[in-house]
Amino acid sequence: MNVESLVFYVFAALMIFAGLRVITARNPVHSAMFLVLAFCSASGIWMLLEAEFLSITLVLVYVGAVMVLFLFVVMMLDINLDQLREGFWRWFPFGAALALVMVGEMVYVLGNRKTAATEGLVRHAADYSNIKELGRLIYTDYVYPFEIAAVVLLVAMVAAIALTLRRRIGVKSQNPGKQVLVKKADRLRIVPVAAEKSGSDRAA
Amino acid sequence: MNLATNLYHAGAEVFLLTMVCVILIADLFVAGRGKMFTYMMVQLTLLGCSFITVATHTDGVAIVFSNMYVDDLMSDVLKLLAYLAVSMMLVYSRTYLLTRGLFSGEFMSLALFALLGMMVMISASHFLTLYLGLELLSLSLYAMVALQRDSAVATEAAMKYFILGALASGLLLYGMSMIYGATGSLEIYKISDAIEQGVYNKQLLVFGLVFVVSGLAFKLGAVPFHMWVPDVYHGAPTPMTLLIGSAPKLAAFAFVMRILVEALQPLAIQWSSMLAIMAILSIAIGNLSAIAQTNIKRMFAYSTIAHMGYLLLGVLSGTIEGYSSAMFYAVTYVLMTLGGFGMIMLMSREGFEADNLSDYKGLNQRSPWLAFMMLLLMFSMAGVPPTVGFYAKFSVLQAVVQTGHFALAIIAVLFSLVGAFFYLRVVKLMYFDTPESHEPIQYQADTSLLITFNGLGVLFLGILPGTLMSICAVSVQQSLLLH
Repeated sequence: MNVESLVFYVFAALMIFAGLRVITARNPVHSAMFLVLAFCSASGIWMLLEAEFLSITLVLVYVGAVMVLFLFVVMMLDINLDQLREGFWRWFPFGAALALVMVGEMVYVLGNRKTAATEGLVRHAADYSNIKELGRLIYTDYVYPFEIAAVVLLVAMVAAIALTLRRRIGVKSQNPGKQVLVKKADRLRIVPVAAEKSGSDRAA
Repeated sequence: MNLATNLYHAGAEVFLLTMVCVILIADLFVAGRGKMFTYMMVQLTLLGCSFITVATHTDGVAIVFSNMYVDDLMSDVLKLLAYLAVSMMLVYSRTYLLTRGLFSGEFMSLALFALLGMMVMISASHFLTLYLGLELLSLSLYAMVALQRDSAVATEAAMKYFILGALASGLLLYGMSMIYGATGSLEIYKISDAIEQGVYNKQLLVFGLVFVVSGLAFKLGAVPFHMWVPDVYHGAPTPMTLLIGSAPKLAAFAFVMRILVEALQPLAIQWSSMLAIMAILSIAIGNLSAIAQTNIKRMFAYSTIAHMGYLLLGVLSGTIEGYSSAMFYAVTYVLMTLGGFGMIMLMSREGFEADNLSDYKGLNQRSPWLAFMMLLLMFSMAGVPPTVGFYAKFSVLQAVVQTGHFALAIIAVLFSLVGAFFYLRVVKLMYFDTPESHEPIQYQADTSLLITFNGLGVLFLGILPGTLMSICAVSVQQSLLLH
């Protein structure tokens, strides 16, 4: 076993461990942190595959942006885990049996035959650019699915707005635009007040 | 292939996407009563799409966008029918949505996005585009089911639909990745070539096939992956149920054809036995459970499960006759579903849902014409001649018998007799029971015209099925032989 496969196994074991902890951790904040660990190990594996751009994007986008947002949401929501886990142990034997059968079947199909060893990956030259290749593919061969993926994101946006935007009636709020446009004449009314005659009238 | 050729073949998709964006923005500037403007724009867009699809039709099979998009007769026919289905859905649901305050620009643009997803699925020749089209369709549908935010039932239905849909997508993707691992390609024609030349890992391929079939069954709603269907059909607002139940089935048919028949034809022995089990279970459980329902939307949901069983019967026979009869079945199913749910919306009014079977009691006394149309639709769903449902079932069974699956055909016939009971019960309620209420049924002129067109269409196609049947046969034949 060379160093590279050793590193691979370390990352893979770390990822599986982190993945398991995501679903078993009692505290949702811990779950989110373990998900971050899983993403980091996945990006390590990508780095091993010489997909540097994807690897860094995973860390930047998922760890840096998505998970931070996620953590905020988890911390703001007061999730009662005991309520969520109610009935877990009642259904556990059934679920575990089903999972065991599935795993058994999969091992039976794939495990008992020696699959041909795949040839090692062809290494690219040192000056090979990952980003350039990705950019070329996305805007040439994969332009059609790329555009559809963009439409999927647009639908997500439309759906999010349609589902959450509520026009409440009767809410008092200020409209700065209108406030700025106010003229003196709209607000100020000059009332002609007759000058007072004398002090003796008021006393009466 | 240069960009102009690519765009020429995908003209309808490009036009639709442009128009959806225009409608999204234009809708913001027309307030209140102006929703009719948006509605007319949507209908005109659908009309424009059909013109473009017809105008850009080319003989033979054109594969463009670096083998990701296929333009053949089957895709053109299915797309045209999908436009028709979405357009009919909008006509049926307009009044219903208006009285419930749901008739918004978002509803219409999401419906068009869903249509775009279906079109992408229908003419996909690459696993990536198949999957993206499916996600575009599903995402729009999840959002549409959830649009009625104040209804707890609709929200629950949306949640169930979303979670089970995500699970199904996961299964499908896992299967696709296995097939990629086994054959080294995601392109449908390259996969079939690789299998024919024997350059593939069989173990891995069959392993992936199991997951792909499960994912497909989830999306079709075939037993044992059917549990979401009744809940979603029942819980979603009726127009959304109509949309979920109608046009996407055409796309699902195309999906099955592209993956199982065009890519994995050499594995037909494996997948046809999987489909046989699912088809028989769907027909049995769908027809038996429908008997116990008192809610007509739930009843239609179980009847959908049964109908999907018949559709799978056509596919599993593995012959061109079988595929074309399955396509014919999908088309007639969509026509009948549109009519059935359209009738529910026609009978509903402000603050009243006509979704219980008892609401149809004595319909003949209240409106003889509507009752007659419902009678035609129910006869067609049950498969009573001379309606088109009879011919659809007949041609599917004929294809099954031709390939020697007599047991399958006999079971299917027996259960369709069981199914006739609950369809005919609706007819009995309409004609022989006394009505519970004498409220007049209010409907717009266009809706009543459309239900007439729909009901008589079912009858007309049943008497003269030849043209539609030959269109299905030719399109299936072309897309299978000419690549």
